[in-house]
Amino acid sequence: MSGSITLSQVKQGQALPPLSMDVSVTNVVLGALATRDWRPMHHDKDFAVDRNGTKHVFVNTPHNAAYFEKYLTDWTGPKGRLGRIKFKMRDSVFPGDKMDFVGVVEDVRTDDTGCGWADVSVELKVGDNVTTLCSASIAIPVTDDDNPWKRQGADWRP
Amino acid sequence: MSDAYPDDIPDEVKAWVGQERHHEVGEFDVERGYIFNSCASVENGNPLYWDEKAANEITDGFIAPPSMISVWFRPHFWTPSRTEEGKPLQCHFDLKEALDLPEAIMTDNTIVFYTPVRVGDRLKTHQIITKISPLKTTKLGTGRFWELDVVYTNQKDEHIGTESYTGFGYKRES
Repeated sequence: MSGSITLSQVKQGQALPPLSMDVSVTNVVLGALATRDWRPMHHDKDFAVDRNGTKHVFVNTPHNAAYFEKYLTDWTGPKGRLGRIKFKMRDSVFPGDKMDFVGVVEDVRTDDTGCGWADVSVELKVGDNVTTLCSASIAIPVTDDDNPWKRQGADWRP
Repeated sequence: MSDAYPDDIPDEVKAWVGQERHHEVGEFDVERGYIFNSCASVENGNPLYWDEKAANEITDGFIAPPSMISVWFRPHFWTPSRTEEGKPLQCHFDLKEALDLPEAIMTDNTIVFYTPVRVGDRLKTHQIITKISPLKTTKLGTGRFWELDVVYTNQKDEHIGTESYTGFGYKRES
């Protein structure tokens, strides 16, 4: 990750850099523990299969969120500030899956306070299966000197 | 609120809709160890979380990744003061039990972020059930969808964010 992009570098319809990541049992368990989620469907295969009816342990919701945040801020750089993120989970992600993140800029805008925003949609796919649909609004500096992280109160409208 | 729940929901559960419930304070202060775990779990190398110079310049010190918002108040698996397992998102488990829907998954999640979470913060939270659906059948089984909000503040009562979940509680088809 290098510096941060500015709003002038973002265009509607632009594709975000693609990202592929493999999933292992270790990933799933590490993500669950990192999010303090001790529920057994995220670390106990027998429980996941017998009680939840899934084929294996699976990535939990906040770990899913962390993947999307990484994908978005890898693109924006450190000055990119996530304002809003929404997921619709269609299917679970299991060990052995390869996750492909595919994002596109849906809109580029500046709000009434002068904050620059990119509205992005992202698909998380495993093969041809879209497991999660994500939409996010991320604040992006309008100039090299701008810093969305300095915004607060009425000047921050996610 | 009349369309927030179907008529066949028990009165006790109907009364929960719209209530602020389960006010809690996080069990420990926000700290970098868990931030490192979260970042490592997804290979997030954002210098805000790893580089003190970058953090000081951009965010006036180390902050936590916004997506970790729910992590800080999740009860640990065991503590000496607790006789039962603590559960995150207690409203979700309340609904599972009260509606006799033993299995559940989350389908939708929306998070809106306000004041950044800083190392050393002690977060507070409460939950609000906003909606419960009629019975529905999916590939997993028969049950109900529900929506609930989790509101987070810090020790200064600054609004950190609000997380909205849609869950599906169900019974597997036998």
